[in-house]
Amino acid sequence: MNRFEYIKAPSIDEAIDMMDSTVPEAMVTKTGGSAKVVKAAGTDLLDLIKEGILEPGRVIDLKNIPGLDKLSYDKEKGLAFGPMVTIADLENSPEVKKHYRALHEAAAHAATPQIRNMATMGGNLMQRPRCWYFRSNGHHCRKKGGTTCFAQIGQNQFHSIFLTNVCPCVHPSSLATALVAYDGKVELTGPEGKRVIPLSEFFTPSEVDVTCENVATSQEIITNIMLPPVKSGTRAFYVKHGQRESYDWSMGDVAVVMQMDGKKCQDARIVFGAAAPIPLRREAAEEELKGKTISEKVIAKAAEKALEGATPLAQNGYKVPLFKNLLKRTVTEAIG
Amino acid sequence: MANPNKKKIVLPVAPDNQAHGPVKHLHSKKVKLPYGVPGHGLTEMEREVSIDEPPPLPINEKLNVVGKRTKRADAIYKVTGTAKYTSDIQLPGMLYGKFLRSPHPHARIKSLDVSAARRYPGVHAVHVLKMEPGGSVERDSGHDAPAETYNIEELPLLRYVGQPIAAVAAESQYIADEAARLIKVEYETRPFVLELDKARQKGAPIVFEKVIEDEGNEGDVGVTAAEDQEGNLRGPSTGSFLGGPRGDVEKAFAEADFVLEREFRTQVQTHCCLETHGVVADWQPDMLTVYASTQNTAGVRDDLAELFGLPKSKVRVITEYMGGGFGSKFGAGHYGVMATILSKKAGRPVKLMLSREEEHISAGNRPNSHQMLKMGFKNDGKITAIDLTSYGTAGVGLGAGVGRIAQDMYECPNFRTAQYDVFTHAGPGAAFRAPGNVQGVFSVEQMIDEAAERLGLDPLKYRDVIDKHEVRKLMRLKGAEAFGWEYKKPGSDPGPIKRGFGMAQGQWTRFINLNSSATVRINKDGSVAVMSSVQDIGTGTKTILAQVVAEELGLAAEDITVKIGDTLYPDGPGSGGSVTAGSITPAVRNAAYKAKMDLLGQVAGAWDVEIGDLEMKNGDVYSRSDSSKKMSFGEAVKKMRTNQIMATASRPDDYGGFEIGNGIGYGRLGSVQFAEVLVDTETGFIKVERVVAAHSCGRPLNPMQVESQINGGVIMGVGYALYEDRILDLNTGHQINANLDQYKLPYSKEIPKIETVIIEHYGAFSSTDASGIGEPANIPTAGAIANAVYNAIGVRLYELPMTPQKVLTALGVS
Repeated sequence: MNRFEYIKAPSIDEAIDMMDSTVPEAMVTKTGGSAKVVKAAGTDLLDLIKEGILEPGRVIDLKNIPGLDKLSYDKEKGLAFGPMVTIADLENSPEVKKHYRALHEAAAHAATPQIRNMATMGGNLMQRPRCWYFRSNGHHCRKKGGTTCFAQIGQNQFHSIFLTNVCPCVHPSSLATALVAYDGKVELTGPEGKRVIPLSEFFTPSEVDVTCENVATSQEIITNIMLPPVKSGTRAFYVKHGQRESYDWSMGDVAVVMQMDGKKCQDARIVFGAAAPIPLRREAAEEELKGKTISEKVIAKAAEKALEGATPLAQNGYKVPLFKNLLKRTVTEAIG
Repeated sequence: MANPNKKKIVLPVAPDNQAHGPVKHLHSKKVKLPYGVPGHGLTEMEREVSIDEPPPLPINEKLNVVGKRTKRADAIYKVTGTAKYTSDIQLPGMLYGKFLRSPHPHARIKSLDVSAARRYPGVHAVHVLKMEPGGSVERDSGHDAPAETYNIEELPLLRYVGQPIAAVAAESQYIADEAARLIKVEYETRPFVLELDKARQKGAPIVFEKVIEDEGNEGDVGVTAAEDQEGNLRGPSTGSFLGGPRGDVEKAFAEADFVLEREFRTQVQTHCCLETHGVVADWQPDMLTVYASTQNTAGVRDDLAELFGLPKSKVRVITEYMGGGFGSKFGAGHYGVMATILSKKAGRPVKLMLSREEEHISAGNRPNSHQMLKMGFKNDGKITAIDLTSYGTAGVGLGAGVGRIAQDMYECPNFRTAQYDVFTHAGPGAAFRAPGNVQGVFSVEQMIDEAAERLGLDPLKYRDVIDKHEVRKLMRLKGAEAFGWEYKKPGSDPGPIKRGFGMAQGQWTRFINLNSSATVRINKDGSVAVMSSVQDIGTGTKTILAQVVAEELGLAAEDITVKIGDTLYPDGPGSGGSVTAGSITPAVRNAAYKAKMDLLGQVAGAWDVEIGDLEMKNGDVYSRSDSSKKMSFGEAVKKMRTNQIMATASRPDDYGGFEIGNGIGYGRLGSVQFAEVLVDTETGFIKVERVVAAHSCGRPLNPMQVESQINGGVIMGVGYALYEDRILDLNTGHQINANLDQYKLPYSKEIPKIETVIIEHYGAFSSTDASGIGEPANIPTAGAIANAVYNAIGVRLYELPMTPQKVLTALGVS
């Protein structure tokens, strides 16, 4: 761990003034102890520093800024929560449990109870991938500005099966899987003010920019996360599969949000986690469900469609049948 | 200085295969000891023993302290955080050490510059290694003593990622970490090989150009000789200390009714000690004091005395509390030697604890294995022949043999084995909880299951046909009862989630370490202490020593002060090979008995009765023949002529002698475990729901602690079966999961419901008749789970760990 300056920011505006880079920038362009970055709980940031792959010059703590840990639900406006809301807050919120079942499930299966108590939703969306080459300071990979992807030619059993060309890391946030399925939006605040973007446009595929995972710029902070209200007839579920139940990173997770009219599906959003460098919508599978009466056959067809275009690596071919089965289970559970 | 590199095989107890007669006694006596299992034909065995031996201890039921569920002596200190582990030690002026380690699997050091590190504020010493000292790490011949100076030519070749190069000592851990990074090294990298199969091929990069003089290390099962080293291949070992090949294997295969031939693979498992390896070394002009996280205080002292040319009397090693070793913490270790060097250089104490990453890559591991097992069977179930060829890599170390289960567990007149060590450019192996036998059970016990199915027999009942071990037969019976065993057709459950039942059994040699001595001291104020250098590695040694002394003196366990883990006390055994309880408790009881006789002699004089008429029980001393003569222990000690009575005793030979040499006892420690699993055939997820573990450790001294060790063994077995795997990047030689996040240990939900069945078995071997349980508890678990998984899905997995990926692949799900 390098020496760095530590400051508690009193307000968002001051935090923005004090910072000058995103964590990805601090790892590629502003290296060597010059970058000024923000931290929420630090669950991931401190790991990166301890692993020796991030050496910030200044860490600006957002914890003392008032008002960032509010969660509110309104049946007209939907759900909104600040970046300092913890995963445990989401998990334990009666409104989330009642109206956003898939999000509740995702929160309840993330990390460990201890980490859920600390880790914030802002940090969760901004955390860096867990690819073991990215996390190793012995491997200068593409994501860190290098020219080699060690995973493509190495140990890739936990890596992507979609969008694997440049960097097959998987996005580490399993909550993002559910948030994208609910068509969530994120509010970013920067020197120029606020902008709101759909989460489906927030995450950056490796093909666009391999060194980062989202569109936040050097002086932007997530200040709000919003989900639209749920209509009656919304059916949703989320399933995460890991090697262990107590605590594990996802080998594959699926969120499904369906608008049902009796047995008939009017609309559907299907998102895969741990399948690609971003939470991955499966539109072709959604189309298979839309307008149909949901049966085992329809679900099986959707599952086939969802895996079309998969390009598994040498060691992760098992994820193809895994995702098919997980999707079947998630849809069945959502409408069941 | 002695060459530290030429190492003899260091088993937990070095079995000396020289023929020894039993020790002769000037005066002996014949005694009758309990023999067998209470409730199952318990009888008596007459043994001729030294006249100095205490009278036979009756079975547990008739005792007051031994055999009773007794709270751990130090539980309160552990749960309240007041127990001081090595990592908690703080000494005045203490510095912190940090290694610089090789980032390459195979490289020569072209240049090395420590000047920036030396200049860094707060740094007090820098040392560059001319050799790789210590324990299982040192595998290169021809090195000399720890050097004060170096030149580039003398620096050792780097042979694995994580090999120590140099270290610094500084005023804080942060300064040390930072300074170690400032050491500038230029490397000339060389081709390397990591995979077992590739390392054996002609033309593979060679790990050691010179022949390695070592015969093996702590993990060794079959000794492979230096003259049998060719390329990276060393061996074969064709037997073990239990003997060599027997019978005519080819003929027996020809005569068999059917022959099974299968290949099995097991992974590299790292020890993951919760307290990492490390020491605090304090070099003073008159004494070197080392606080060590070790399984063998006396062994660390011996290593350091030898390496630094110090008399053993001037090296003190202390281990009051220890956070896990599992076989990997025996010698001084490269960290212990380095801390001592740095302390000597800086003139201040140095703490050097490995980081979690260093723990994974440089502190030992269980070698992997590739086993080709062939067994012949008769239609009546008899095994006609066993042939086992195995390859395994302990990286730059030795000790990948896996053959003792195949050799020794079942009756089979024809046996042959060829076990090879394969050198690779990876971190060194070390002994790991039942070296070889855990791997061996995974192959043999799956094949026995397969044979049972072929014979149309319940695999549990089939073992009654082929297993002559009487105690294990009882374990099968009692274990099956507790488990509710009922054989179920493999893969017969409907639906995607299938339930399976399986069992496997294991075996461990009953090792005794005769270097087991203890002193018992009775003070005139009535306090009693027992002292030995033996250490409590978390198993509860402190508590059982208190129980044994208390039983002998008629006191309660909490009346006894236990001072152990310090080489100022009489030498105790290293805690490995499940030797501790069986080795040290007879010495402790005999010392307590001697002290008691001394005390009773003085009381008898005061009362004018015969010593033999006196008894100590329930806190009293009394005459058996005259009920008026009775006083409390506290009053009795006032009769002492001196302020203290002190008696020391050492572990005598087993009653009846040893089976082999002077350390391998008669009888094997058997074990039988049953597992119930759920397998999700759509996701490949395996859940171990329940394990029933039936074990024996001779006389159970403290059933609560025996259960605790069995629980630990089973949990470790679940990790080995399903999760743990050291994953190396084949392009760079780095372990890419060198943490506890992606190196997966079982956590709370992965731990099954564990039920233990303890068979109280008396063998009339010593004055306590106790044996260890650490290793037996870990041996059969993975085999039982593998058989249960097969039973669930009807497809057999031949490779560990059994991950979702492997399950889906085996099932052909697409």
